[in-house]
Amino acid sequence: MLLILKAKLAAKAALVVAPLAVAAAGYGLPAIPADQVAVTTIAPGAFLHRLAGDFALNGRPVNAPRRAFRFTRPLTIMTYQVSAAAYDACVAAGACERRLFRAAASAEAPAVGVNWHDATAYATWFSSRTGARWRLPTDAEWAFAAGARFNDDAVLADDGSDSFSKRWLAKYEQESSRQAPADKAPRPAGAFGFNEHGVADIAGNVWEWTDTCFLRQALDASGEPTGERTVNCGVRVVEGEHRSYVTDFVRDARAGGCAVGVPPANLGFRLVRDDAGYLGAAVARARFHMRWI
Amino acid sequence: MFTRRTMMAAAALATLVAAVPALADDLAKLPREQVELVAPPFIHAHEQATKAGPKVLQFKMTIQEKELVIDNEGTKIHAMTFNGSVPGPLMVAHQGDYVELTLINPDTNMMAHNIDFHSATGGLGGGELTMVNPGEQVVLRWKADRAGVFVYHCAPGGSMIPWHVTSGMNGAVMVLPREGLKDDTGKPLHYDKAFYIGEQDFYVPRDENGKFKSYESAGDAYPDQAEVMRKLIPSHEVFNGKVGSLTGKNALTAKVGEQVLLVHSQANRDTRPHLIGGHGDFVWETGKFANRPEKDLETWFIRGGSAGAALYTFKQPGIYAYVNHNLIEAVELGATAHFKVEGTWNDDLMKQVSPPSPILSGAKTGALDAPAHKH
Ligand SMILES: [Cu+2]
Repeated sequence: MLLILKAKLAAKAALVVAPLAVAAAGYGLPAIPADQVAVTTIAPGAFLHRLAGDFALNGRPVNAPRRAFRFTRPLTIMTYQVSAAAYDACVAAGACERRLFRAAASAEAPAVGVNWHDATAYATWFSSRTGARWRLPTDAEWAFAAGARFNDDAVLADDGSDSFSKRWLAKYEQESSRQAPADKAPRPAGAFGFNEHGVADIAGNVWEWTDTCFLRQALDASGEPTGERTVNCGVRVVEGEHRSYVTDFVRDARAGGCAVGVPPANLGFRLVRDDAGYLGAAVARARFHMRWI
Repeated sequence: MFTRRTMMAAAALATLVAAVPALADDLAKLPREQVELVAPPFIHAHEQATKAGPKVLQFKMTIQEKELVIDNEGTKIHAMTFNGSVPGPLMVAHQGDYVELTLINPDTNMMAHNIDFHSATGGLGGGELTMVNPGEQVVLRWKADRAGVFVYHCAPGGSMIPWHVTSGMNGAVMVLPREGLKDDTGKPLHYDKAFYIGEQDFYVPRDENGKFKSYESAGDAYPDQAEVMRKLIPSHEVFNGKVGSLTGKNALTAKVGEQVLLVHSQANRDTRPHLIGGHGDFVWETGKFANRPEKDLETWFIRGGSAGAALYTFKQPGIYAYVNHNLIEAVELGATAHFKVEGTWNDDLMKQVSPPSPILSGAKTGALDAPAHKH
């Protein structure tokens, strides 16, 4: 699965790494010192997090289980979403594809109209610009950084009393009662304020790509996974005012990234920095993914 | 809040629900029949009328995302297909039967898909219950409780819906009345042959020189294709997935005196089938067999998102063109099929009284007198 896209990304990444200094210099862009990127570091800790994906019990959809997640290292995340100007520098360097709605936003507003591949390409490019390792957060990392601004997407009215349709209707009700952001135009960085960790613009009008793939898993009566799972990495978890699942090549989810109700107004992203280095990060992520299994 | 306790309660209930319905027992007693699907324009073997009781018909379709050439210039698209063909195969059942479909999305595919049957009741036509990711399969059963020809299509949500449908993910179902088709007076009708013609609008982007663009993957094509789609002008309008797929060597065949049923679907866009040189003897324009067929039609209208059926007995040998009678779409965009019909010519219906020859002068023929300056 995803072989073509993966191969393409790899090719892109390889292209980017070598001629970077030249390209950057050509556009008058000096390398960015790592300490000049506004980041927020969140102390290690644990929290309860509802997993992303579709879960079923005896074939009936149920709310995703909540799991305890423990972060043993500090989580360093960009304080602000990646700006239009920052993203366009990657485009100018030939390492990122052009985003949608280029005229709509000011350079200081977040970059929107980007898909998961764009965000991933930016992370690769930005890593080589700064000499640090940057990547998209996982869904759980994003939620940890979002703190009190994270909105649980459990279907509250679902009491399990009907095979299928009651939950479906309740979900519809819940999703369609969401308020669309009054103004969909991206606003200057910080306009939506800071959360308790000091992270800006969480759950504003720009949704953020995460690296977490769509998951489908059957649960047994005790809530433990049973049987084979499906991981569809063609669909990634997008986080914001509510959680959404968006096909990785979609740059504009407004025509229906969610099943019903209010879709994400804009698609943007921010990155986390792996201070443990490449290998450490890979190991940490592998462990991280396996923790709840 | 999601606690272990509510989970257990839900589990207990679900077990109960599964055990209770008498329906399950009744269904278990019904005969089951596995049906092997056939690629259009052909239709799997089936009875036109049946005295037997309802059955559970088991169908299996594998979703295939694949490159298809859609015209004679070699234009390629990243098609999405039910079972590998555009349109997907026609599924035939009788009213009162149960259709049980196993829908397989192999892990070689890139995208999630589902199926919405216009012939089924509830659950968004089954779309809500059939979303399968690459590497998954699902089994859906629905009751064929009304007779007619109906569209099915993929409907995976939001902008993916029109994109998947116009990438080829649609087909049709034919639910026949148990006693078979009837004419406008209630007399039984019979067909010697049946063909399924799925009409498809494609929206292929062009480059700055006006040439059709090709893309590395469906995802790469999507943004440009969405732009073309929103303008509502198809680049191709074809039968059976490709310009010329039902002409020349692939023309449909019939004999004089044969009654031919033509099922025509268009999942997305209006069309107007017309048989050049023939008619629709009996036409279910909206495709639903509880309504009386119309007679002797010249052109019939298939609403986008529906299927219709026409029965015709060929009366003359020769070539017939079966077209979308928006002739720009038929000729320029591809919506043309041909029938090769064998048999004996009937002079009573048509005769060339005098072959083309120089215009005769004289009052007898009604021609004007030759101008004086001509020799
Ligand atoms: Cu599909």
